[in-house]
Amino acid sequence: VSAVAGTEDLLRELAPQVLGALVRRYGHFDACEDAVQEALLAASQQWPREGTPDNPRGWLITVASRRLTDQLRSEEARRRREETVYALETDHDAEVPDADDTLTLLFMCCHPELSPPSQVALTLRAVGGLTTAQIASAFLVPEATMAQRISRAKQRIKATGATFQLPPDAERSDRLRVVLQVLYLIFNEGYTATSGPELQRVELATEAIRLTRMMRRLLPQDGEVAGLLALMLLTDSRRAARTRADGTLVPLAEQDRGSWDRAAIAEGVELITETLARSTIGPYQLQAAIAAIHSEAPSADETDWLQILALYRVLERLAPNPMVTLNHAVALAMVEGPRAGLDLLATLDDDNRVAKHHRLDAVRAHLQEMAGDHAAARASYRAAARRTTSLPERRYLESKAARLPDQAAEPGT
Amino acid sequence: MKYLLMITVNPDILAAMSAGERRAVEAGHEAFAGPLRESGELVGFAALADPSNSTTVAVRDGVPAVTDGPYAQAKEFLAGFYVVDCESAERAGELAALIPDARLTAIEVRPVMVESGLEM
Repeated sequence: VSAVAGTEDLLRELAPQVLGALVRRYGHFDACEDAVQEALLAASQQWPREGTPDNPRGWLITVASRRLTDQLRSEEARRRREETVYALETDHDAEVPDADDTLTLLFMCCHPELSPPSQVALTLRAVGGLTTAQIASAFLVPEATMAQRISRAKQRIKATGATFQLPPDAERSDRLRVVLQVLYLIFNEGYTATSGPELQRVELATEAIRLTRMMRRLLPQDGEVAGLLALMLLTDSRRAARTRADGTLVPLAEQDRGSWDRAAIAEGVELITETLARSTIGPYQLQAAIAAIHSEAPSADETDWLQILALYRVLERLAPNPMVTLNHAVALAMVEGPRAGLDLLATLDDDNRVAKHHRLDAVRAHLQEMAGDHAAARASYRAAARRTTSLPERRYLESKAARLPDQAAEPGT
Repeated sequence: MKYLLMITVNPDILAAMSAGERRAVEAGHEAFAGPLRESGELVGFAALADPSNSTTVAVRDGVPAVTDGPYAQAKEFLAGFYVVDCESAERAGELAALIPDARLTAIEVRPVMVESGLEM
């Protein structure tokens, strides 16, 4: 590991702790967040050159505090706040464990008043320690656009009057659900990234796993946190196998299982097994359990679809949503045959959350192909190809349509 | 999710507008872009010159042929666009409705393709 990369990792780890300490001491989440970014930037330039200080966390807190007071001092119109800062500056007694601070920060960045893109951006910056430029390039928008989004998010948090405290117990589980959603959103954004300009992107999937690991250290007893981490590990283990060198997508059934990441699978399987045994069941745990069954199958043909089907039935009861029904239909088709799957899919035709979604057409195409109805499958693949907004998915769906054998060659088989 | 908001113009409608009405449309664009920039949804935009300034390039058998004028011979033409990055198709539609030209002609809202995809 180079000095620069080592510094980068250390800074990203310390970022939420430093910000937490600052906000706790001075208030002003908005201004503290800017000051911490400046301190991180200064450290990223100085440390690789001059060596890491003995107390890196203390160094960052000192530099960030100085930036913060400079900033507040320069704002003449905010004289009163400045006095408050000086008054608070001497109050070093209120030291609270970093773990609580990081958790409080996560809850704050994933405030339900913010839109999901704002929650994601703010979490990556304030908790992940990424720069605005890195986040902007990850989401392929100009830096100014991302800077505005982050600053708007911070303003909105200020407007809600949120204080730097953990949410009250009554709201805790709802708020935690939002945090997990945001982490999963970050993961999926990274996981779906493939070739081309995306190669330049910050590894969002890796970052999401890092943040979820951190979350798990903070809340070791929570089954859904563990479930989400297991789901990410198991999904990410297929990363190398899910695209070819030219960027085309490889469906699960055709992936080279030899290139799956065995260490990630072992960790994910162990985590979900251990969690299922002790914790109240939840949607992330169920999805992780399904992913684990795929991961453990030696080949696509040897997949335990009966067990997957049973898990989808539970998931459908626990957290019904049309995307779950789509996957449920695939499992049902694998167990009871394509017609059963197609019948279940038909129940989604009037569901306007998914009726025009390309994945409905894509799954239907797949099951029609399984049933030997190639003309219908071709039409469904083409409909899905028209509807998707993803270039690799469109290429994949078009090639599926083109490669289907002619219907006339094998009628009724 | 990114969307292209395409502003289509009809020259007859344009010709019938008074100078004051034209200024109102221009001012409307500034009023539209400001809050969008502030909310972090504006990715890019451009106003395009009249299509009489276009040249059209086609390559046949490796030989480029350049002709003056636009490719599509339609009365309406693309006069400009915004690229927005927003939460949903509904939000993109709401934004399109705020573009002043929506009251004169119409705005076409089209999703921008992404380079990433899910395994199927």
